[in-house]
Amino acid sequence: MKVLAVASGGGHWIQLLRLRPALAGNDVTFVTTDPGYREYLDGEPLLVVNDANRWNKFGLVLLALRILLILLKTRPDVVISTGAAPGFFALRLGRLFGARTIWIDSMANVEKLSMSGERIGRHADLWLTQWAHLAREDGPSYRGSVL
Amino acid sequence: MIFVTVGTQLPFDRLIKAVDGWAGKAERKDVFAQTGSETLTPSHIDWVPWLDPVGFRQRVQEASLIIAHAGMGSVLTALEFSKPIIVLPRRSALGEHRNDHQLATARWLAEQGRVEVAMDEDDLLRMLDSGDDYSNPGTIREWASEELLEAIRGFLASS
Repeated sequence: MKVLAVASGGGHWIQLLRLRPALAGNDVTFVTTDPGYREYLDGEPLLVVNDANRWNKFGLVLLALRILLILLKTRPDVVISTGAAPGFFALRLGRLFGARTIWIDSMANVEKLSMSGERIGRHADLWLTQWAHLAREDGPSYRGSVL
Repeated sequence: MIFVTVGTQLPFDRLIKAVDGWAGKAERKDVFAQTGSETLTPSHIDWVPWLDPVGFRQRVQEASLIIAHAGMGSVLTALEFSKPIIVLPRRSALGEHRNDHQLATARWLAEQGRVEVAMDEDDLLRMLDSGDDYSNPGTIREWASEELLEAIRGFLASS
């Protein structure tokens, strides 16, 4: 199965890498915001996008376009992300291409879901928080954490 | 070597200035900082504004103590290499982040006891002055919890 695994640099990326055993045996392509993270992988393909947030509209448009091109090129069956903006677009657009989607909200969001996590929820087939107290019936489930 | 890091996104001058001042007074020559700032120029410590991912990991590996913002990347990397880490949370009221989620992260980390938490600079300086080398860091498993890995495996199997 083709899996697109997406995270921006820093904590989101480190959390995504801690999920690797669950992805083993699939054809995984990683997407992040810094080419230097290639060294953190074992030769799996890595594609690089710009990072952006809601205060940078131009960056968001560019990011969405880059994610779109990556989806057209890789045609994933499943898109998985630990955040933030690159993962948001990858899930949102990936689903339009028929991919099934997993969102794991960052462990850093202890008191409430991230803004992208809250908004992406209804586009995620598996919507997870890493905090039991943030799980809710109409929201994300809790199924453990990256720690 | 003490490695100070502010993460990949934003400067955190309050942390860098506190450690720089402490290193000057304590005459510590073995402090290296990633400052996240092109304008701040510490006087008592070696510093660079940014590190690439390989350089970052190398610095963590070489360090005997890490001092960082309360970001998951810094915390998880330190724990993966079983390095002691002191974190100081960013405050949104001081313009250090968009919100106060690092305060919540820091409180949770303090409860867990896996990392040392300084709630403000005075706290941090007290910890550094105490002479404790924090040589007994927390450790973590190599990967995410089995429950989370299973949830993902199950989802992939049904896709």
